[in-house]
Amino acid sequence: MAARLDVRKTYKLYVGGKFPRSESGRSYEVTDAKGRFVANAAMASRKDARDAVLAARAAFAGWSGATAYNRGQVLYRVAEVMEGRHAQFAEEVARAEGLTAAKARAVVDAAIDRWVWYAGWTDKVAQVAGAANPVAGPYFNLSVPEPTGVVAVLAPQASSLLGLVSVVAPVVAGGSTCVVLASERRPLPAVVLGEVLATSDVPGGVVNLLTGVTAESAPWLASHEDVDALDLAGAAPLPGEDPTVDWGALEAAAAATLTRVVRPAGTGASGEPDGAVEPDWTVLPDGPRRVLAFMETKTVWHPKGR
Amino acid sequence: MPTFEYAPAPESRAVVDLQPSYGLFIGGEFVDPVDGTSMKTVNPATEEVLSEVAVGGAADVDRAVKAARRAYERTWSRMPAAERGKYLFRIARILQERGRELAVLESLDNGKPIRESRDVDVPLAAAHFFYHAGWADKLAWAGLHGAALGPDGVPLPLGVAGQVIPWNFPLLMLAWKVAPALATGNTVVLKPAETTPLTALLFADICRQADLPPGVVNIVTGAGATGAALVGHPDVDKVAFTGSTAVGREIARTVAGSRKKLTLELGGKAANIVFDDAAIDETVEGIVDGIFFNQGHVCCAGSRLLVQETIAEEVVGRLQQRMSQLRVGDPLDKNTDVGAVNSAEQLQRITDLAAVGDAEGAQRWTAPCPLPENGFWFSPTLFTNVSPAHTIARDEIFGPVLSVMTFRTPSEAVTKANTTPYGLSAGIWTEKGSRILWMADRLRAGVVWANTFNRFDPTSPFGGYKESGYGREGGRHGLAAYVKEA
Repeated sequence: MAARLDVRKTYKLYVGGKFPRSESGRSYEVTDAKGRFVANAAMASRKDARDAVLAARAAFAGWSGATAYNRGQVLYRVAEVMEGRHAQFAEEVARAEGLTAAKARAVVDAAIDRWVWYAGWTDKVAQVAGAANPVAGPYFNLSVPEPTGVVAVLAPQASSLLGLVSVVAPVVAGGSTCVVLASERRPLPAVVLGEVLATSDVPGGVVNLLTGVTAESAPWLASHEDVDALDLAGAAPLPGEDPTVDWGALEAAAAATLTRVVRPAGTGASGEPDGAVEPDWTVLPDGPRRVLAFMETKTVWHPKGR
Repeated sequence: MPTFEYAPAPESRAVVDLQPSYGLFIGGEFVDPVDGTSMKTVNPATEEVLSEVAVGGAADVDRAVKAARRAYERTWSRMPAAERGKYLFRIARILQERGRELAVLESLDNGKPIRESRDVDVPLAAAHFFYHAGWADKLAWAGLHGAALGPDGVPLPLGVAGQVIPWNFPLLMLAWKVAPALATGNTVVLKPAETTPLTALLFADICRQADLPPGVVNIVTGAGATGAALVGHPDVDKVAFTGSTAVGREIARTVAGSRKKLTLELGGKAANIVFDDAAIDETVEGIVDGIFFNQGHVCCAGSRLLVQETIAEEVVGRLQQRMSQLRVGDPLDKNTDVGAVNSAEQLQRITDLAAVGDAEGAQRWTAPCPLPENGFWFSPTLFTNVSPAHTIARDEIFGPVLSVMTFRTPSEAVTKANTTPYGLSAGIWTEKGSRILWMADRLRAGVVWANTFNRFDPTSPFGGYKESGYGREGGRHGLAAYVKEA
């Protein structure tokens, strides 16, 4: 009997809960860590980016209005569904990042556990970061964190799955929605994550995943008036490579509408522009800072009286 | 109803000892500017020149940043936190002791009524120092998520903070900036507003009286270029700005791509929302307080009044009645409700925007208050027939001008309130508790006042959503702006 010819997958965008190709009709070749052809991925256009922002904005009212308990259950559900597709993720990660099967499995374990970790934060972050303020007068005064809105995320370039989950999960845990630019050269694990999100009770539009050229798409999102915050984690290049993304220019573009910016990791002399580096995503986050980075503090006053 | 005449009740200005000219406060002493010039500061109520102050140039800013760096490295960051806190307690006490002097000086330089400078600005400034003094040695317990910690587990300071403040609450904004910066272990270079430098210069003398180590607080007076030099200085680790959204954008652009930490407290166009079940007398007082407090020179002023349609006529009638009784005039008179507009430039802006209101078809009503002949004045003004698309419903006027609009349902009120790029504050007036909480959840604003307005406290975080800026000032949350991130 002749060997069966396998059925290959078309890797598409994930926008508004659907899997469209790029409206531009563009695609680009994705290779494995050794440079061998793996698949053609959709190359998102400006129109795709704008559609994704629209979808994220439309999903914001429902997602931010859901109870924190409900959001926690949905995030935990993502972990459950990922677990069922563990082998598929491990294969994608091994191929994209050039890892051994054992190492790729460990990365997938960590990515699933990261969802569980953030799932638990949804209904605790307001208690940890809120405050009852003892003002000098007869007033009730309470501060609570609230989601910022639509967040544009440049996902890490090297860590195609664990890094991706580490930046997306905190955004949605806090109640914001997002448009994510997947790792440019290692985009396929992100597409598979989209397939998981689509079947995990995450409402369509809460997470939108775009594949394509980061340096091309990022300025459109940074300057978009309906984007409230920008995570520049993915401005750091792959190890040993020159940066293709000027994160200072993106931050400057974001300034036009006072978009909140989370700068990429990196050190440098005080006040000097400096390079971005990708952190080690296997390290457990030191608290809910990434959740809080995409939340605002609201303070409510009311008089006390008889 | 009989109306009673008020006799003049002027506060004496003898308590203030004004110098004919002031230098820059750098490294613990007043020095002449190296490359700067000078400017006059006037009393906006009389146009009398009060004093001449230095305009710091780039070299002066550099000298101040160097002084702050030296003080940070040699003194302030090495001092036990409890001792740092005790300096802040000292400053708080001297602010109280010299409270009357500060209040009179503030009213002279700014034009705000003495009742406000005496009862609000100065006591709150002292309270800010008192509150933050206690934090200095308790930062490990402040719950500052993601802060870089020293070997003792205490969040680390950033270094030198460059701070630029506005003219509407000169001393209070200084306190909001300087107190948390110092408490967390930073040193500062502060640039007061061009038109209101005098209380900051008096604060320099208070630092001297408190024996604050030289260079911990530096004050560089000047205008926009001075502030730009400070914000762009490469050895500044932290930039804090309160002022217009336009300047805030510029600062965000300047700081982009650096590792400077930035907090911005910018403009606003707050909706003050009145439901038909609100307690009407308190509400009318709250509306008046919300927009006419400090001549409307308040970023969180309730400049858009949204009234439920069924009671709109009644509320507007009562407002006009109340506004007719406002006393506009001499800021140093203890009975004055509304003082002088801070500058000729600001008066022109208010006048122009009100004229746009007329041109776009809104209905203007002006309180029949007699105005002094000299100085900069604008009568409390109310516009009806305003649509959300009107310029006066969208642009921040920063003056005593109220735009009145109506709504029918709570959902419509939320939509109208949130239809603005700003998101600093909002007000809700209703006797129904569940509606307050429902509204408060949906208003995209950093501070929501329910059945009150324009309340401030050092323990209560203040700051905006959207284009009203980012970061918080005050409370546990405000400390985060001044500590290093891990």
